[in-house]
Amino acid sequence: MSGQTAIDPATRFLDRIGARRWTVSEAWVLVGLFGFVLCLSLAPLGRLLSEALMPGGNFELTRLVRLYGEGLVWRATINTLQIAAGATVIAVILGAAMASVIAVTDVRGKAAIVFCFILPLMIPPQVSALAWLQALGPSSTLLGMVDLAPPPGSPHPLFSMWGIIALLGMHNAPLVFLATRASMRAVPADLVDAARSNGAGPFTTMHTVILPLASAGLISGGAIAFVSAAGNFGIQAMLGIPARIPTLITLIFQRLSDYGPSVLADAAALALGLAVIAICGLGLQSWLIRRRDLRVTGTGAQFLEFRLGRWRTPTAVVCWVGIAVVLFIPLGALLTAALVRAYGLPLSWETLTFRHFANALFNHTAIRRAFLTSLSLASMTAVILMLVAIPLGYFLTWRKSLAIRLLSLSAELSYALPGAVIAIAAILFFLKPLPFIGVSLYGTIWIILAAYLANRLLLALRPTVSGFLQIDRALDEAARVAGAGFVRSLKDVLLPMVAPCAAAGAILVFLTALAEIQ
Amino acid sequence: MAHLNVDAVSKEFGTFNAVNNVSLDVRDGEFLAVLGPSGCGKTTLLRLIAGFEEVTRGRIAIGDRTMSSPTAHLPPEHRRIGIVFQSYALWPHMTVSENVGYSLKVAGAPSDERHKRVLDALAMVGLADFGGRRPAMLSGGERQRVALARCLVAAPSLILLDEPLANLDVHLRASMEDEFTDFHRRTGTTMFYITHDQSEAMALADRIAVMDHGRVVQVATPLELYREPATEMVAGFIGQGMVVPAEIRTSEAEGRCHARIFGHDTAVRCRPGQKVTATGAVCVHPRELSVVPAGVSGIPGRVRRVVYRGGYLRAEVVPDAASDVSLNVEIVDPEALRPGIEVGITLNDGWAIPASGT
Ligand SMILES: Nc1ncnc2c1ncn2[C@@H]1O[C@H](COP(=O)(O)OP(=O)(O)O)[C@@H](O)[C@H]1O
Ligand SMILES: [Mg+2]
Repeated sequence: MSGQTAIDPATRFLDRIGARRWTVSEAWVLVGLFGFVLCLSLAPLGRLLSEALMPGGNFELTRLVRLYGEGLVWRATINTLQIAAGATVIAVILGAAMASVIAVTDVRGKAAIVFCFILPLMIPPQVSALAWLQALGPSSTLLGMVDLAPPPGSPHPLFSMWGIIALLGMHNAPLVFLATRASMRAVPADLVDAARSNGAGPFTTMHTVILPLASAGLISGGAIAFVSAAGNFGIQAMLGIPARIPTLITLIFQRLSDYGPSVLADAAALALGLAVIAICGLGLQSWLIRRRDLRVTGTGAQFLEFRLGRWRTPTAVVCWVGIAVVLFIPLGALLTAALVRAYGLPLSWETLTFRHFANALFNHTAIRRAFLTSLSLASMTAVILMLVAIPLGYFLTWRKSLAIRLLSLSAELSYALPGAVIAIAAILFFLKPLPFIGVSLYGTIWIILAAYLANRLLLALRPTVSGFLQIDRALDEAARVAGAGFVRSLKDVLLPMVAPCAAAGAILVFLTALAEIQ
Repeated sequence: MAHLNVDAVSKEFGTFNAVNNVSLDVRDGEFLAVLGPSGCGKTTLLRLIAGFEEVTRGRIAIGDRTMSSPTAHLPPEHRRIGIVFQSYALWPHMTVSENVGYSLKVAGAPSDERHKRVLDALAMVGLADFGGRRPAMLSGGERQRVALARCLVAAPSLILLDEPLANLDVHLRASMEDEFTDFHRRTGTTMFYITHDQSEAMALADRIAVMDHGRVVQVATPLELYREPATEMVAGFIGQGMVVPAEIRTSEAEGRCHARIFGHDTAVRCRPGQKVTATGAVCVHPRELSVVPAGVSGIPGRVRRVVYRGGYLRAEVVPDAASDVSLNVEIVDPEALRPGIEVGITLNDGWAIPASGT
């Protein structure tokens, strides 16, 4: 075009990073978000990265090359990939099936089913692994009671790749469930009605309308499951170490428990591998979601219920059988083990004892105090992260730019890394006294909070973003032309609409934080 | 002062030019319709004016104040513009009253004044009793009225409307058209109204800007657009106009020139300075054609189809000289024509399209 002025490079640049679009209030909120992410996640991770890449202060790649050249590390990487992928498949199948039943049918006893299904989130993975080992092993009290225990000395069936995959899959199914259900609830009732009136039965409606529209939730739930399976230490260690199946996360911990000058650097380098795997999973997720247009307008079908009719009871039975398998059997095993006088004895009236419980509850005030501390830490984490996730979700959905992407990436990175790695990063970073205040967080519970905030941000963020994806942007724009600024529109218009999704995220954060802190 | 000035504005999405060097001047109190086929950049232009998008080039000003330019951008909430969205964009978690009163609440108006103005606005759109309902409990037309009331309540001096009637049924559309006209007359608000429906634009607007592929091709009164379209695109888009190839045989004299169309010589209106050309085009409307018996005079052709349109017949005649052209004629007498018979077509009026040939 001749005669038109060219755009100057400075404006082009501002456009590219998205800065020209930000109003003053948006800019302040962004600065806040940046500060939050920078202090809690980017800076500690940067510290860790520098430990991995330039341990002595000088850049050296030879360590990485040597490390990943080791057969063991290489095998561990492949194993981690297989485990994460397999567990994700199981988690997605279980979680999506359960979400479908709960979100759109009139199955009996919904509340109880939901509660029992997401309960495993609160169980620390090590405990859950222990419970399963109890339940299926040769010394199983439970199987012993029905004479089904494998003969003593035979290899435990869970000490295998499949064992790890199955357990992780079940452990992470609630993650997929929560994200998918939240998305399904946001599908507008008239879209469902439209499908029904076009002759689609419940099943057709489910897989042609509801599932596709809720796929943002399904995909993001799957991504969370993938990443958390890759970085789950409890189950991989309890089953993988005895089975001699090395994985990245178990290697990290084994290195950390060694002594020597290169321990931290080695662990940091291995953590890097884990981060790369996680980032690939998350990249796949955003690619999958970006290809669809899932925006809908209208009110969500909160009260949608397909009549199951004579299938009502059988469906409930199937749900409870599933829950029995994933929850009651391992918990039952644990309980019987706790109730017998000595490990391995059969459970009977003579061997029954409550001594172990009484011990834990009454004789250890430390345990009680620890419990209260974890409770308050977990709730603080959940509340803070929800408050951060809502504005961040807004930017991620509608104001995407380089700067925002960076924020999201670091949230993903921090989540992908196992809690302990984040903790090490946090310790490395917060060891020195904070500038201005002059106090060190090291040794206080605030450092745990910092690590949790960094580690769990993504859990709060994902469902919130899928909530935003389902809001017609004109609703925000209508508030803007009514004179509401960014913060006002966020509070009055967007918050009430993403609240269910944001709350789902906060619950996830709370439950998983509680599980890990114990 | 709500004089809207759009000056050489372009908007690029990546390398795609959605709005291309558009200049428009909307006078204070004017009702301007922007008309164009779907995807021509109407919504993008509206979003530029509202401030949801930044201009790549050019300048947008309301009154004397620059709203958008490549170096300055006033956010939407400070532009004091009303918008009626195509999807209505009512907030589902607020009642009708809360939706309508939101801008007053944001502006910090005291609650009794707010209450009164919300009632007034709702009464103006005939929904005085609906304040307590939620948007989900309203019909499409009612939602549209709430959206209008929400935009009226702040008494903005410029209102942007993006295909506000596209989702309504014909009857409702007609009565809402009346309401818009009424409202415009009463308040004298400047209206910037987007539509793809030419009859809606003709009925409502003082002037119409026709857009095509991101450009404004003509800005004119409805009558002028109908009688003197600037391009073949406008000619075809307005009033069921037909564009036929023509040889312009004389240059303009007293507003007319001679044209040969499918071998038939006739005089048509034209722009001052119209030149002779072998590859010109003439715009005619169904009303401007008449049927004569075959072989007498006019363009020889054959009737392909006859459709009763209520009160008149629409006959499609294919000229012998061009089998891919169809000339639509409106006739009143139902007995006159049957498919298959041979007829002649004469032109009572026509307009030599200026942008064709040269
Ligand atoms: N945010 C965007 N990014 C890329 N292309 C866009 C965007 N918004 C609109 N477009 C493109 O600009 C063109 C004009 O769109 P629009 O203004 O919505 O048309 P109309 O309202 O006239 O139907 C379309 O081809 C559309 O695909
Ligand atoms: Mg449009």
